[in-house]
Amino acid sequence: MSETVLSDATFWWPMLVIVVGAAATYIWRALGVSLSGRIDPEGALFQWAACIAYALLASLVARMILLPTGPLAQTPMIDRLVATTLALAVFFVSRRTMLLGIGVGAGVLVLATYARTVGV
Amino acid sequence: MSVPQSLHDYGSAGRAVVAGARRSLGVPSIVLGGSFLGFGALVHQAGLSVWHALFSTATGWALPGQIALVELYAVGASVLLIALAVGLTNARLLPMTVTLIPLLRAPSVPRWQYYLISHFIAVTGWVAAMRDCPAMKAEHRLPYYAGFAGVLWSISMVATWAGFALAGSVPAYVTLGLVFINPIYFMLVIAADVRARTRMLAAILGAIGGPAIYLIVPDWSLLLSGVIAGTLGYLIGKRGGTHE
Repeated sequence: MSETVLSDATFWWPMLVIVVGAAATYIWRALGVSLSGRIDPEGALFQWAACIAYALLASLVARMILLPTGPLAQTPMIDRLVATTLALAVFFVSRRTMLLGIGVGAGVLVLATYARTVGV
Repeated sequence: MSVPQSLHDYGSAGRAVVAGARRSLGVPSIVLGGSFLGFGALVHQAGLSVWHALFSTATGWALPGQIALVELYAVGASVLLIALAVGLTNARLLPMTVTLIPLLRAPSVPRWQYYLISHFIAVTGWVAAMRDCPAMKAEHRLPYYAGFAGVLWSISMVATWAGFALAGSVPAYVTLGLVFINPIYFMLVIAADVRARTRMLAAILGAIGGPAIYLIVPDWSLLLSGVIAGTLGYLIGKRGGTHE
């Protein structure tokens, strides 16, 4: 009986956490809609908000690459930096070919991690 | 308000939906598919079920927040901490929505539709719509975006499921590569898109400020860095030149 209760809890508790996470996500979108009524696409407020969007996105990217949590945290910083630099370089050299840049970035990290696991 | 004659007319709202859907196939779908494969695998590694993975993608659909949630849950963090972390991770959605909705606006659209479509605002659709929608007839922008984001959301769901199903049979370093797609992709989105001086400055300052402020105030670093770097980028960029 206790096993059933446990399995129910291990199913529904994460579901509840995901609902909370979804609410913490949607609240920004809803707030965005309610504030957007006053925004003129040609105006200064619009430009400022776009700048903040880019700054937030760039902050997030830098944090995910330099200070990751979860599985990426197990990779050495130098591997992530080399993969990131090569991805950027290939992206610009290939005239902004998105798939090539991403393929190189992810591929280099995979190869570097593989090389370390087999002890090259 | 005068409407320039060059605005693209798809003929009907239905055709605009199809045009948006077709536009999302290709690079955006492949990149998001790969990213969500990684998410599905991550959920598997965390010991959760495929339903958790699918429910998260369906209701969250903002990958960095979803990843933060699963990682924090896996290490036993409290709900309050998880809510705060997910909220702060996804704060970019506010300025993104504030800037996208005015472009999707049309007189005929009831207000609730904006609240519905806002759930589907995420980086890929935002960048594409900010670039493409101003050239379209106002009535066709929301349908176009619905088609674009609808396909991406559906592909995200399938990829989440596939990533979960495949997690056991691929080595951990491959999953690692899939999880790494997300930050690399966002970085290249910024690199490709920032033509305006103000936004480029904001992005560069944000990339420096994010980790730097993290060392002083970890919890709120993202929000602080975003607002400070965004404002500085805007002000300095404006002063420095006449074009944006």
